[in-house]
Amino acid sequence: MNSPALPAVAAAAATRGLVEISNVHKSFGQVEVLRGVSLTVEPGEVVVILGPSGSGKSTLLRTINHLEKVDAGHISVDGELVGYRARGGKLHELREKEILAQRTHIGMVFQNFNLFPHLTAVENIIEAPVYAQHRPYAQARERALELLERVGLSDKVDVYPRQLSGGQQQRVAIARALALDPKIVLFDEPTSALDPELVGEVLDVIRSLADSGTTLIVVTHEMGFARDVADRVVFMDQGQIVEEGAPLQIFGAPRHERTKAFLSKVIEPAFNL
Amino acid sequence: MSAAAPRSETRPETIAPDAALPPAPAPDPDAAGSADTPPSGGAGPRTAHDYSGYPVVAARHPWRWAGTALVALFVAAVLWSLLTNPRWEWDVVAQWFTAESVLRGLGETLKLTAIAGTLGFILGFILALMRLSSSPLLVSVSWTFSWIFRSAPLLVQLLLWYNLGYLYEKVSLGIPFTDVRFFEVQTTTLISQFAAAILGLTLNQAAYSSEIIRGGILAVDQGQLEAAAALGIPAWRRSTRIVLPQAMRSILPTAFNEIIGLVKGTSIVYVLAYSELFYTVQVIYNRTQQVLPLLLVATVWYVVITSVLSVFQYYIERHYSKGAVRTLPPTPLQRVRRFFSTHAKTSEVAR
Ligand SMILES: Nc1ncnc2c1ncn2[C@@H]1O[C@H](COP(=O)(O)OP(=O)(O)O)[C@@H](O)[C@H]1O
Ligand SMILES: [Mg+2]
Repeated sequence: MNSPALPAVAAAAATRGLVEISNVHKSFGQVEVLRGVSLTVEPGEVVVILGPSGSGKSTLLRTINHLEKVDAGHISVDGELVGYRARGGKLHELREKEILAQRTHIGMVFQNFNLFPHLTAVENIIEAPVYAQHRPYAQARERALELLERVGLSDKVDVYPRQLSGGQQQRVAIARALALDPKIVLFDEPTSALDPELVGEVLDVIRSLADSGTTLIVVTHEMGFARDVADRVVFMDQGQIVEEGAPLQIFGAPRHERTKAFLSKVIEPAFNL
Repeated sequence: MSAAAPRSETRPETIAPDAALPPAPAPDPDAAGSADTPPSGGAGPRTAHDYSGYPVVAARHPWRWAGTALVALFVAAVLWSLLTNPRWEWDVVAQWFTAESVLRGLGETLKLTAIAGTLGFILGFILALMRLSSSPLLVSVSWTFSWIFRSAPLLVQLLLWYNLGYLYEKVSLGIPFTDVRFFEVQTTTLISQFAAAILGLTLNQAAYSSEIIRGGILAVDQGQLEAAAALGIPAWRRSTRIVLPQAMRSILPTAFNEIIGLVKGTSIVYVLAYSELFYTVQVIYNRTQQVLPLLLVATVWYVVITSVLSVFQYYIERHYSKGAVRTLPPTPLQRVRRFFSTHAKTSEVAR
């Protein structure tokens, strides 16, 4: 697949998209799902998060755009606290409107796409730029068409999501997230709901996005993708980051027992480096 | 359309290569089409049997025809008895059907339905959003509203509104516990029969429709709200553009039940001596003693209104099913047209 050049985004990206997560705790009732997670993601970096099911990966992603409130610790994007404002030695909760504004800088792509089924592909993409960022409709539409072209769906502009294949739906969802020109894009198992032969087309789009210099945090079980595209791989288990490092180190020489056990389960022998 | 399987052995390459698909998709080993293979030619090298000359015979449904005939017979019998029994007095029905007073009553019924229905559903929508909000105050206000207006009999509500002047002589706006009044009006001049009818019907309708709308909203996938929130779309827009249109699919059938119920339910305002359709008809038959034919007059009008509403319902539901179904089914009109265009030709070729 040809990955078109993305000059505008690439230039801006170098200075934006820094994510700092420090000592985040989160419980649902009695269960502590995140137990002191700290992670810094540099601007333009691609971080892949691995870990067994239930280890808190989705919850961590959702705290980054404040879909989930943290119980303790804090998260900031480009130095700006997510969901709070520090004033007079206290953290003041932001109002809904301010939180929504913060979220427009953080794109999110879901495992099951969550496209709006009653809106066409292009309408799905236009909605947020026009109603969350108040851009002019015509400009938003033009940009939406550009994005659809970039994800290879120029011929599906006026098609409803249910008339698209899973891979095509996920590519529309990625275009929808990009329409806000986010500093960061969060991917929560973007290919897990796809048939194997459709995984490639979605990963290709994400790969081209990585090349463009946007900060990406990707939860995935696609080890090949993690190895090729990630700058850093983070392994989570039971609500904690067990180990992190370059892909070669994590896949080739995992230090921690739990990482080894997990990798031996998910990677076929032939795949091992 | 089920008969429209490809007739030739060679299956066309319908899957257009996708622009963003990574290189060439490996050819599917099954793609040669096992279903098209003639049953006899299973072993050995496949010799394509040529079906291209075969006409398609549409599937037959003898029981459907039998059922249709039975129903038709029954309908004919009922119609026959309706039309031939002189006691129905169809001439009297015809005489009163378009009488001025009846039409005026019909107008009032339509007016009450339209106003109370519209206001009721708007208020119901707001109540539903309040009930689903995260504010405990709004939730309890909405809950209490539904509780009261679903509990008190509509008849009592109407009489209470109409007799508000007895309970409170004046309605005024001022500073409590002082003599300052900005605005003061006699309650009896404020609450006419019409106002009492609208108030009673609207508030009652709002209580019921809020629950219908809430049910519809609850049926929308949580992921939709999450995606909209993650995109930073404001709350009101989220409700009206993302959630409500999807909720409409489950709201509409029940909502039309309610509206059709309301058309006939408006007749309850007879307690206020309000001359809508049913009250008018009663007044007439009390005078002329032609009870049955005049009840028929009202009934036929209700049938007409319900029929028109059902047509609206069909098309509105169709509108909101956009995107929910892969392809919209044809409308009855399109179906009729297709039936005649295909059956005009020889019935052998169903394609
Ligand atoms: N809203 C919630 N309420 C209660 N428990 C939750 C909720 N969301 C997630 N959990 C629990 O938190 C744990 C971590 O979930 P999640 O972050 O989805 O894991 P992962 O994405 O790594 O599979 C799981 O045990 C899950 O059951
Ligand atoms: Mg998950």
